[in-house]
Amino acid sequence: MTTVPPTADAAANDDWDRGFDELTVDTAPSRTPRQGRRPRELTTDDLIAAAGCLFSSVCFNWLAFTRLSDGVGWFGFLLCSYVVFLLLFGIVTADRLGRLVAVDRVMTVVVWTVAVVLLVPLVSLIGYIIVRGLPALRAAFFVNDQSGITPVMDSTAGGGAHALVGTIEQVSLALLWSLPLGLAAAVFLNETRSRWRRPVRIFVDAMSGLPSIIAGLFIFAVLILPLAKTSSVFGFNGFMASLALAMIMLPTVTRTVEVVLRLVSDGLREASLALGASRARTVWSVVFPTARTGISTAVVLGIARIVGETAPLLFTAFGYDLMNANPIDAPQESLPLFVYRNIRKPNLAAIDRGFAGALVLMLLVLALFALARFIGRDRTRRPRRERTPDLVPPAPADPSVQEVTLP
Amino acid sequence: MARGSRAPAVEVGADAGDEARDEAGAPAVRTPRLIHQEPSVADKWFSRITLSSGIIVLVLLVLVGFFLLKQSQDAFGQAGWSFFGRAEWRTDVEPARIGVLGLLTGTVLVALVAVALAIPMGVGAALFITEYASLKARKYLTSLVDLLAAVPSLLFGIWGFVFLSEQIVPLSRWLTEHLGWIPIFATDPGANLTGSIFIAGIVVSLMTLPIITSVVREVFAQTPPGEKEAALALGSSRWGMIRTVVLPFGRGGIIGSSMLGLGRALGETIAVTLLLPQVPEISAKILQNGGATVSGFIASRAGGDPFTTSGLMAAGMVLFTITLATNMIASVVVSKSRSGAGVDL
Repeated sequence: MTTVPPTADAAANDDWDRGFDELTVDTAPSRTPRQGRRPRELTTDDLIAAAGCLFSSVCFNWLAFTRLSDGVGWFGFLLCSYVVFLLLFGIVTADRLGRLVAVDRVMTVVVWTVAVVLLVPLVSLIGYIIVRGLPALRAAFFVNDQSGITPVMDSTAGGGAHALVGTIEQVSLALLWSLPLGLAAAVFLNETRSRWRRPVRIFVDAMSGLPSIIAGLFIFAVLILPLAKTSSVFGFNGFMASLALAMIMLPTVTRTVEVVLRLVSDGLREASLALGASRARTVWSVVFPTARTGISTAVVLGIARIVGETAPLLFTAFGYDLMNANPIDAPQESLPLFVYRNIRKPNLAAIDRGFAGALVLMLLVLALFALARFIGRDRTRRPRRERTPDLVPPAPADPSVQEVTLP
Repeated sequence: MARGSRAPAVEVGADAGDEARDEAGAPAVRTPRLIHQEPSVADKWFSRITLSSGIIVLVLLVLVGFFLLKQSQDAFGQAGWSFFGRAEWRTDVEPARIGVLGLLTGTVLVALVAVALAIPMGVGAALFITEYASLKARKYLTSLVDLLAAVPSLLFGIWGFVFLSEQIVPLSRWLTEHLGWIPIFATDPGANLTGSIFIAGIVVSLMTLPIITSVVREVFAQTPPGEKEAALALGSSRWGMIRTVVLPFGRGGIIGSSMLGLGRALGETIAVTLLLPQVPEISAKILQNGGATVSGFIASRAGGDPFTTSGLMAAGMVLFTITLATNMIASVVVSKSRSGAGVDL
């Protein structure tokens, strides 16, 4: 520990001019810097020690699993090597620099690993779907449907145009139902002072955690099951699918828009109200235009959320192999349903077709995600730049002020 | 403002300008300015429309429960209370022997495996984003987590089904051969190790990871900087600071977000439908082929006969109740904790 130099009082003014490092290292008035160590410093010795630990861990596991037992697969090998490495690294660092530093270093390694490991499944998933989907994807995919496809045909035969049409229709209709309602609900939560706000907020939160299959099951239970015999509008079709999707999209849109509305500065609202505008006029002409980009982002994220939903469609759109552009009559295909149905077929060509559809779906989601980022880039949610407080100490003008000690 | 207007109005005191005039000797007689308190027509409609849209959201959720219950009457009527205590699902015998217990076992096991894997990963990722990463990396990592959340469950499902499953099997085999004496790693001799609850749990954990990470990150970001600096100034290492300040501060958020993740994992459908054989059973052998979850089972039996459908509605009702309760408790835990006060779930 640092000991307080005897001349501390006299040197107090000087200390500000020197860096903090020097201040803590200084143990004697002679100012010979003691050999200090920064806690986060990484020396060559540290790197060599870490590399050594890694090497011996890999060797140890290689010996244990290929020579002394019958192996664990690459995944298990990686896991075991990692654990042994952590143990060795901890022991070595504790021996070199003490327990405190060892724990800090080991946890730093663990946290870094977690961040890197987070990347692995995402990259692996995207890579795998590209590799599997690309060979079966042709321009014809966007033109043809599955008419006349027999199990012996090649995976490039036919296409998913019917699925694309279905997805576009269902998502647009869902947007039509959920956007006005979601916007109004968000305005209700953020711009009014009703005492119903609390229960509504709780229910919106609860709804966003609703399993998507329940939404499909609900539409099935409330409309299709009792009413299907009365009219084809209430049978399995794209319209029913859009209602189920709207139920999933509604909480997403409401909550995202609410967050965006909260960012609109109160000053703007107050200015508008002070000028005599009604609350409705204020929301329409001041709050919405200010939050426009944020609302667009919310909409795009809402679309990205439902475009890949499969489970509710099993009970509503049902799926169909041919083109059906009429959303209020007869079952309809959609991109996720196309993928799901083809992947499950016991036919390699069909599975490849499913992967081609999955690739299109993934690109669609990635494009929507990028679009949301692009719309929302740096204009909303920008933290107000605050002036950093001066690091210069207050000038010690009056000596009497400095003498004040706390009781 | 219009004077002498309709009833509820308040009197406004004189402003500075009036007082100045008084001092100047101008006549002090003045009628107070009146301000409307009654909302205009536009405002009335505004509050009506917004209120009704709020109420619609509220009613919608109640309706979900009501109609699921209504359509499941048939199944509940035949199975009675044994619906909650029976594991098998047979509609081919008379009377039908259906129960949700076998489905619930699988659902809870998958969700527990998923959350057990996702909590350490999520907390670690959140720590990295808030405490270790540079400002620039922080932005990209946050986007990355959002991207992970945007990937449809279907894509995770087919990736797990076709690719990941095979990679996990050797690990499962090693676990059961060498750690088989621990009950959860036990398997039947010669059992098929694909399509296991363990594999499904790993895939579902990837889907619960984003929600846990983002909530925990927001909670950690609200740690008072003063307390962190105090820990560092007292000579603590970075991990010491995290252990003594950040983690205790974020405890409520971590617990709440784990429950939120649990709610998501319980309702996860399509990936589980692809990964598990969907055979209801009560078995804790998570490493071997078998198991079913409520949502996956519902999806795999879609479009069946009316009685099966009614049974599925009953199972859906159970799932609905459980996820709703989990999510509600999670919201309360997060919002009541010191760290979660301003966090959006």
